[in-house]
Amino acid sequence: MTWSFQNDSPIYAQLVNGLTLRIVSGIYLAGEKLPSVRDLAAEAGVNPNTMQRALTELERIGLMFSQRTAGRFVTEDRTMIEQAKKGLAEEQVNRFLTAMTGLGYDITDIISLLKEKETKRAKEVQ
Amino acid sequence: MSAILECSNLSKRFGSVNALSGVNLTIEPGRIVGLLGPNGSGKTTLIKLTNGLLTPSEGEIRILGELPGKLSHSMVSYLPERTSIPLWMTVDQLLDFYSDFYPDFDRTVAVGMLENLGIRGNQKIKEQSKGTREKVQLTMVMSRHAKLYLLDEPIGGVDPAARDYILNTIISNYNPEASVIISTHLIADVEQVLDEVVFIRQGAILLQSTVDEIREDKGKSVDALFREVFKC
Repeated sequence: MTWSFQNDSPIYAQLVNGLTLRIVSGIYLAGEKLPSVRDLAAEAGVNPNTMQRALTELERIGLMFSQRTAGRFVTEDRTMIEQAKKGLAEEQVNRFLTAMTGLGYDITDIISLLKEKETKRAKEVQ
Repeated sequence: MSAILECSNLSKRFGSVNALSGVNLTIEPGRIVGLLGPNGSGKTTLIKLTNGLLTPSEGEIRILGELPGKLSHSMVSYLPERTSIPLWMTVDQLLDFYSDFYPDFDRTVAVGMLENLGIRGNQKIKEQSKGTREKVQLTMVMSRHAKLYLLDEPIGGVDPAARDYILNTIISNYNPEASVIISTHLIADVEQVLDEVVFIRQGAILLQSTVDEIREDKGKSVDALFREVFKC
């Protein structure tokens, strides 16, 4: 999973999203120890202070926690990780809905389009 | 702890030309700063004042509280715009030269970087391409344990893959007690590596801000803001 950044929003916010995605998709497991700030920054190709800011934000949200000497870990609270996953899913749905509304579809059209797609997919699987 | 760099009311005139006028600028430790401005805006003048190659016409510049001089030179690692390493030497001889000259030069780090860049030790500098020379010189500059790194156009002449490697080196060499100043036109390439940017126009500081503050406030990248501010 490589990093790429959009031009219209702060880099730290994109790091928060990207790291959250890594946690909910299981690249970083619940309770797992995270690499150091410097290694994370080098991997993403970003400034270490920006990475630090993103990690502080993830600690504030509760998806990560620090232990004074042992380092930084992913939360062990799976409910919390599920919640974060739901949050990301909602964002995707909203983005999709905005794009579809822009094309002139209303919610009923969108639902029937999705059902059509699902029927086609089910046939292909058979 | 005192600032890494502090300019107060700093001016430099060349005859009747004001290269810098009334610059006030503070760079805190642990920052990677982009010095950005169009050609002839005063970037190189500011860098040369910092390392003592030029003296101010007015005002003052201090590096960790010191005026530019012997002590400040030992804390500043400088990459000039043009290649300044002795061309007749081989890379190995250059490593010896740097080890002799700078007590803070870390030969192991330099050798590792040269290996990663695929540069042979027995090759003469004059037999190398322009891009390879730039890589060698940057390796020497980044392999010192300095307090301030002054990089004047460090990535202009190298290929994109080497550019990534160099920027990655800057990130992994990060030291909370040292700062890096990078002057460049290739803003999009360095933007995510920087904490702060300083916009300079006609010898004056136009803006000093963090990259994420600009993105948050303006909803656009530093590169886009630069193109807007300096539109010709």
